[in-house]
Amino acid sequence: MSVVFERTRGLTDQSTHFCPGCTHGVIIRLIAEVLVDMDLLERTIGVEPVGCTGFCENYFACDIVGAAHGRAVAVATGVKRARPDRFVFSLQGDGDGAAIGLAETISAAARGEKISSIFINNSIYGMTGGQMSPTSWVGQKTATSPYGRDVELNGQPLDLPLLLSQVDGAAYVASVSVESPQEVIAAKQAIHKAFEVQIAGLGYSFVSILSTCPTNWGVTPVEALSWLESKMKPQFHLGELKKPALEGVTGP
Amino acid sequence: MKTLMKGNEAIAEAALQAGCRLFFGYPITPSTEIPEYMAKKMKRVGGTFLQAESEVAAINMVYGAAAAGERVMTATSTPGFSLMQEGVSYIFAAELPVVIVDVMRHGPGLGGLGATQADYFQLTKGGGHGDYHPIVLAPATVMEMVELTYLAFDLADEYRNPVILALEGISGQMMEPVEFMPYRPKALPPKTWAATGIGDKPKVNIVSYVLANEAGELHNLHWAKKIERMRAAEQRYDTYRMDDAEFALVAFGISGRIAESAVDILRAEGIRIGLFRPISLWPFPTDGMRKYSRIRGWLSVELSAGQMVDDVRLTVGSGTPVHFFGRQGGMTPDPEDVAEAFKMALHNELNAGGVR
Repeated sequence: MSVVFERTRGLTDQSTHFCPGCTHGVIIRLIAEVLVDMDLLERTIGVEPVGCTGFCENYFACDIVGAAHGRAVAVATGVKRARPDRFVFSLQGDGDGAAIGLAETISAAARGEKISSIFINNSIYGMTGGQMSPTSWVGQKTATSPYGRDVELNGQPLDLPLLLSQVDGAAYVASVSVESPQEVIAAKQAIHKAFEVQIAGLGYSFVSILSTCPTNWGVTPVEALSWLESKMKPQFHLGELKKPALEGVTGP
Repeated sequence: MKTLMKGNEAIAEAALQAGCRLFFGYPITPSTEIPEYMAKKMKRVGGTFLQAESEVAAINMVYGAAAAGERVMTATSTPGFSLMQEGVSYIFAAELPVVIVDVMRHGPGLGGLGATQADYFQLTKGGGHGDYHPIVLAPATVMEMVELTYLAFDLADEYRNPVILALEGISGQMMEPVEFMPYRPKALPPKTWAATGIGDKPKVNIVSYVLANEAGELHNLHWAKKIERMRAAEQRYDTYRMDDAEFALVAFGISGRIAESAVDILRAEGIRIGLFRPISLWPFPTDGMRKYSRIRGWLSVELSAGQMVDDVRLTVGSGTPVHFFGRQGGMTPDPEDVAEAFKMALHNELNAGGVR
């Protein structure tokens, strides 16, 4: 009997704290799988943020450093500069990376910091109970936009990967999602390429992954997947927004 | 061999001698000679100097490099130091060895560049959130800046704690002869706690959150024990003409140097007075100060509205008068001003004992 699927050794046996139907679990599993596929686990240092990915030190089987809110890429910069031979990735949510830590995000990209950032965008502050984020869509009702996001008051959602694709030091920028098996496969390929870019020393690599938050969106997990497609995707540029010429890099 | 060097540059050179191989910082007067020196010299020793996008980023880069087990430093000045406070709190909680230089400028607000010691509260009482203490060292001469920089790296590693060198802008800018003695590192255990990639050891997590209240209290009690160990073992001070003193000035850093001259002026007038100069602002040298129980009156001389004077009062108790004299806004007193202030403040005690 052949094994067609197994638990990745990139994750520990710890069960996660994620709410039912949340796609964060899928995303951290993809990251862990790529770390194992690329044989990076033993030389990886991950940096986690404050927010819904803030407890991932319990899940990833590699070394993890916990950063203050918004500062994951600054901390990852310190780690990478101290240990340039190690593989360093950061995790951030939309509040962390696109609001409080926006200066750090863009500055790390501008420096061409040789780290890989995974930006999990669910258009809401999940951990604090569902407030409006910089990537909330126009009209989205949240605890702090109870009448819906108002363009006059809050402006349009920020398309962070598009912004970063304009920065020279960002070598690879992709914007993917996880609402269907096809999209999950594409997201894993993007993570793989981002990690290859770091290994090749080409510069900063950034993968934005659209993710659901059924709890704070106030919908069922299945509805959340269709909301991701119908409400989130139209707000953002999708696909590989910037890719370097990668000699010999083919992806999984 | 002695060389003439600015205080800021001497600190940077001492850090390199002590094995600091990473520096992250953001330019701010009057601390900027430190990043400039590092930018020039770090490359030659195979280290990394990186100019951060802000003090907030700098302190978090420092956090990352320390978490990866390397000797690392940042330098800033008062408003930048304010921006770093959240990071210092995280560094304490994650128990990371980090050296920070605060070349003080006066405030509040943007303030100005003149001599000041008004960061004392922020330095010693935990400028950020939570129950924590960095070790705070206050050099008075350029030579002492070198010695305390060496010490700062050892203490940071020994206690896995932030250590801050605090000096006035005037001291950072001042040139004095200085000699770099060979740095002899303290024998310390390897940093097996660092996040360096697992290799063949168990995985490492460096985090500072504790959500369960019971576990939270255990963490706080663990840190409290460390704080008590540091408080007991790391008090440092210097004295001048204290042996037969009946009165004492207490002053640190540049104020200590001014107060030393004031002691000479008052001694020449027949007053038995000495100087007690705290070198560690935290832990405050209470044990040393309490040895001078015969002192009949203290005058705390500071470049602030009176901050350290609180610690002097807590140390000597209510039985002995403790007064304050200071200048603010970047002004420094002359030794004669200090002598005069002493005579006015302790007029009654002086007359009660008779001027001898």
